[in-house]
Amino acid sequence: MTHLLSVSDLGREGIEEVLRVADAFAEVGSRPIPKVPTLRGKAIATLFFEDSTRTRLSFETAAKRLSADVLSFSAAASSVKKGESVRDTIETVEAMGMDALVVRHSSAGVPVQVSRWVKHCKVVNGGDGWHEHPTQALLDCFTVRQARGDIEGLRVIVVGDIRHSRVARSQVLAYGALGAKVTLVAPGSLLPPSLEGWPVEVTDDLDAVLPSADVVSLLRLQAERGSGAFVPSLREYTSRFGLTARRAERLGPDAVVTHPGPMIRGVEIASEVAELPQTLVTRQVTNGVAVRMAVLFLLLGGAR
Amino acid sequence: MSRALVLRGGEVVDAGGRRRADVVIVDGVVTAVGAGAANEAPCGATVLDAAGCVVAPGLVDLHAHLRQPGREEAETVESGARAAALGGYTALVAMPDTEPPVDSAAVAKEVLALGACAPVEVAVAGALTVGRAGERLAPMGELAALGVRLFTDDGAGVQDGAVLRRALDYARDLGVTVAQHCEDARLAAAGAMHEGAWSSRLGLPGIPAAAEEAMVARDVALARLTRGRLHFLHVSTAGSVELVRQAKAEGLDVSAEVTPHHLVLTDAACAGYDPVFKVNPPLRTEADVTALRAGLADGTIDAVATDHAPHAPEAKDLAFDEAPPGMLGLETALAVALSAVELDVALACLSWKPAAIAGLSPRHGGPVAEGAAANLCVIDPADKWTVTPARLASRSRNTPYAGWTFTGRNRHTIVAGDAVVVDGEALR
Repeated sequence: MTHLLSVSDLGREGIEEVLRVADAFAEVGSRPIPKVPTLRGKAIATLFFEDSTRTRLSFETAAKRLSADVLSFSAAASSVKKGESVRDTIETVEAMGMDALVVRHSSAGVPVQVSRWVKHCKVVNGGDGWHEHPTQALLDCFTVRQARGDIEGLRVIVVGDIRHSRVARSQVLAYGALGAKVTLVAPGSLLPPSLEGWPVEVTDDLDAVLPSADVVSLLRLQAERGSGAFVPSLREYTSRFGLTARRAERLGPDAVVTHPGPMIRGVEIASEVAELPQTLVTRQVTNGVAVRMAVLFLLLGGAR
Repeated sequence: MSRALVLRGGEVVDAGGRRRADVVIVDGVVTAVGAGAANEAPCGATVLDAAGCVVAPGLVDLHAHLRQPGREEAETVESGARAAALGGYTALVAMPDTEPPVDSAAVAKEVLALGACAPVEVAVAGALTVGRAGERLAPMGELAALGVRLFTDDGAGVQDGAVLRRALDYARDLGVTVAQHCEDARLAAAGAMHEGAWSSRLGLPGIPAAAEEAMVARDVALARLTRGRLHFLHVSTAGSVELVRQAKAEGLDVSAEVTPHHLVLTDAACAGYDPVFKVNPPLRTEADVTALRAGLADGTIDAVATDHAPHAPEAKDLAFDEAPPGMLGLETALAVALSAVELDVALACLSWKPAAIAGLSPRHGGPVAEGAAANLCVIDPADKWTVTPARLASRSRNTPYAGWTFTGRNRHTIVAGDAVVVDGEALR
């Protein structure tokens, strides 16, 4: 693996390899001293040009459990505020001897651009605009597989703001590659303008597809990015697309619910539903560390 | 002493057709055209070889952003004009979206003065509204008195239909042309590329074809209402081509241009998130490319205009959605056009048709005949060459054709009887 920019860089075999390695690393987290020396001497920078709590902490925890040195950068407290370009920032950080860069940016494609600018660093996409968030989709698959076994043939519904969601784009690729049947559930205004080439079904009727779903992936309505204007009101959104307590009663006995966080309780998910045992949000967060350990290991584990 | 120049052994191509002929030029005027005319040239005349080449009226660009005043790090009138000369142009229209914009006689005079020293003729387009804000008409009469023939707020469309209507009414009796960048700003929103399969997959905000077509349709209605003269800048969609076709069939006084890049590139070029492929209007689909080429061939589209838009390298090192739109065009337009359409169609759309729209005929684009102004280019249609950004004369490097190999290139450029480019090298 040269870089991890998109789930499509991995293919089915690559995804399965990440999940396999993550399985091994998951055990590390339960040890009294949850640390292995695998990446000792390697330096990893997390470059977050867009704020994030869980993804950054997860990557940094993963790197530290692998004994790598971690350098942390956030745009809010950096020279970017003084007008330095992303390219100059990247070149500066790489020149300090980094081995891998985890990049998050509010613009789609920045990690792809970064991969062209670096000389030797491995680049991991930590989420770019509406484009992709590959490690999120990988940890979703890992968590679903842990709960349900093989993903092949499962019915996965992805509900909510697909249009503005990098998680949805990565999930479609990852679940699709592993053989799941993916259905997007959203009003037309929250779908991408074109779904040409996407291996998915589409509906705006959550109630029709909910009972047969094996996996319900809820997305956040990104009201802070203006997604609220794409539906008449949050109330109407919740009434049509929210996983309310009443709707949750119609979930199949083995169905699981995932959410990439942060959850907006009362909008896409009711508080009671967030607390149900089949809602895997906490496990997703725990598994996120193991999956990111696997990604960093596969990128940096070999000889440089 | 007279300045005499001979173009020997070429094939003359102009609006009148093709013929083998030498061309003799004395003091800026064509004095003889014909087989063997070289023998009658004054002694001491400079002879330029044109064997195997096409001698044509110089190319005329309707749409060049020369960035001066205000963005001299990206381009100047001089560097842009040199790029134009190398590309086979003898005249160009400088767009008014400078800083400050060309919305006053003072700024127009500044650009015209810079143009007077440039290697090609520099005509100036005026802003349609003050500050290009789309609200109050710019002093079109004062600018027309300085020779301005084209008025546009290019870079953005005039959103308010009443303002455009007023401009068309006002322009009618001045005998000048209103040129529109058709784009509904609300529909285009913060779009960074064509809205479609690629933008959806790449997660980039898109500009739907409807953002352009909605305004073309509205403006056709306003052309009908006012009987004004309207030019559509850089049409980019199949729907726009059809709307212009209908407007022309109806007898409205409209014309249209297409850029070279919209004839050969599609939105798939954005797949690598390289902002060099970000341009406005955005690169569209294969079906649009096909419709644009057909529109050129059947005369619906009158001109190929570069929309030459230089940007300093740091501006194109930004994230795709943050980078400014625009790509270079002057040094590659001819080669790109030749790769898309027949030579005769390419020359009509690059020379005499745009010259007429710009009000530069017959000084530019006119027939190559005795008594004509000597603004000519000599094209080697068989020259195979590769685009090397570092070797471009433009101050900027944002060409989408880096590494492309084309067949056909300008060899000599004659402006007002002087050779400004000889064998692909700029003399000025």
